[in-house]
Amino acid sequence: MVIAIPMIWLLVFFLIPFAVVFKLSLSEAAIARPPYLPIMTWDEEGILSFILNIGNYFYLLEDDLYIYAYMQSMKIALVSTLICLLVAYPMALAIARAKAGSRNLLLMLVILPFWTSFLLRVYAWIGILKTNGLLNNALLWLGLIDQPLAIMQTDLAVYIGIVYTYLPFMILPLYTSLVKQDAALLEAAADLGARPATAFFSVTLPLSFPGIAAGSLLVFIPVVGEFVIPALLGGPDTLMIGKVLWSEFFSNRDWPVASAVATVMLVVLVVPIMLLRLAQQADEVQS
Amino acid sequence: MKSRLGFVPVMAALGFVFLYVPIISLIVYSFNESKLVTVWSRFSTKWYVELLNDEQILNAAWISFKIGAISATAALVFGTIAALVLQRFGRFRGKTLLTGMVSAPLVMPEVITGLSLLLLFVAMESVFGWPAGRGLTTIIIAHTTFCMAFVAVVVQARLADMDSDQEEAAMDLGATPARVFWDITLPTIAPALISGWLLAFTLSLDDLVIASFVSGPGATTLPMLIFSKVRLGVSPDVNALATLMILIVAVGVMLAAWIMHSSKSKTAGSNSGEI
Repeated sequence: MVIAIPMIWLLVFFLIPFAVVFKLSLSEAAIARPPYLPIMTWDEEGILSFILNIGNYFYLLEDDLYIYAYMQSMKIALVSTLICLLVAYPMALAIARAKAGSRNLLLMLVILPFWTSFLLRVYAWIGILKTNGLLNNALLWLGLIDQPLAIMQTDLAVYIGIVYTYLPFMILPLYTSLVKQDAALLEAAADLGARPATAFFSVTLPLSFPGIAAGSLLVFIPVVGEFVIPALLGGPDTLMIGKVLWSEFFSNRDWPVASAVATVMLVVLVVPIMLLRLAQQADEVQS
Repeated sequence: MKSRLGFVPVMAALGFVFLYVPIISLIVYSFNESKLVTVWSRFSTKWYVELLNDEQILNAAWISFKIGAISATAALVFGTIAALVLQRFGRFRGKTLLTGMVSAPLVMPEVITGLSLLLLFVAMESVFGWPAGRGLTTIIIAHTTFCMAFVAVVVQARLADMDSDQEEAAMDLGATPARVFWDITLPTIAPALISGWLLAFTLSLDDLVIASFVSGPGATTLPMLIFSKVRLGVSPDVNALATLMILIVAVGVMLAAWIMHSSKSKTAGSNSGEI
């Protein structure tokens, strides 16, 4: 049956791989090809034996580095989600309240950067933020600073990069929920004597909650595992778990530990991923 | 709503500046003669010449193009089927599972997707002997998997938008489901299919993390090459490459927007789901 192909494809190439990751996280690293020992072995008498090794998980607990990296990732993801929300809200509101003709153009302007290479847009920030980069040159020229600011290879640069790349993911759901709001509600609030600020906080903001929830989760979840941005803009002490997983795999070639790191990350992200489903369903019901 | 310059429009304008300054700076400095990317010396197109003579980059671009075209096409077929099944088949066993599997790849951190697929390929190779080694095929499979989720979202939004009256009328008049699909559903969702394919293609062309995990010797994609160059610092030929890619994408997106606009004039404002 043709209609079963997507289901089977996703089962094989999306769901089952997680089981393989989990299985591998229980095996032991070895100098071999592939670099791990099998869990199941047949010994000489033909008896099947299982060797499960939860040592990788203990290893993650013992070494402060991993816990620190998880915490750091959560913190960076949380803070950048908040900044994204603060930057995106006025933009979404302005687009939703623009005239119908300019609305599509503005939406297009939000979506266009999303289509251009993510890697190259992150790369663009290196040229702006580095010591003799555009930002420092501009600030020096304006006389605002005497010495170049060290922004590259700090957490600040990582925040800028994340907010920049994930901004469209926040604007679009916010816009969808804001544009659905009935303008009559605001008029009613104004007629009843509410000032614009009051009307915003008691009408617009609460009604846009599904959009806020969806946008925040769309930013938060992928940022937790982000690799490219901390790798390019962050310094050696910007530890994010995606970067740790990458170096366990590519530099240390420790596949079992990398798998354990991925398993824990997945467990941490299951709840937000389910919340995202709920938020999107709530949004569909509302429309 | 308000005509005077308020807080919201000013913040929004600043937001747009923030979105576009990096892109504009990339383009401007690709025409800089100096090797120091951010120190302007004079206008020059020498980095473009250098780029077009760089065998390594051209080769990687060709590999990425092939992977993108094949995976976008496969993702288009599978993603459209998934969208149809979810949107038109009512309730069925496993619907929740399929919904979850279609939406999860959109937010799944790439390091997890990449690692899990690689481990699957290694396991499959040791059990079935296929895929033998890693390279183009494994990247295409990986890209098809995450791109089909994006296609499904775009097509599903379009299907939800279109009213099913025509389909039902055709059915009532005795058309077979296949006939209804080819004659009514497909032409109506065609714009979404075009934008879905383009989105899948650009996502594949752009992917660094997943490709790095599942790639093998001889299959270095363009993002992998750019990443290894960029790690050593900024280089002007990457700026030139970026400008060319931005130009191609901008033309493509405008073309797609134009096709969408001329084929559906009524559903204004509902295209937000079709990224």
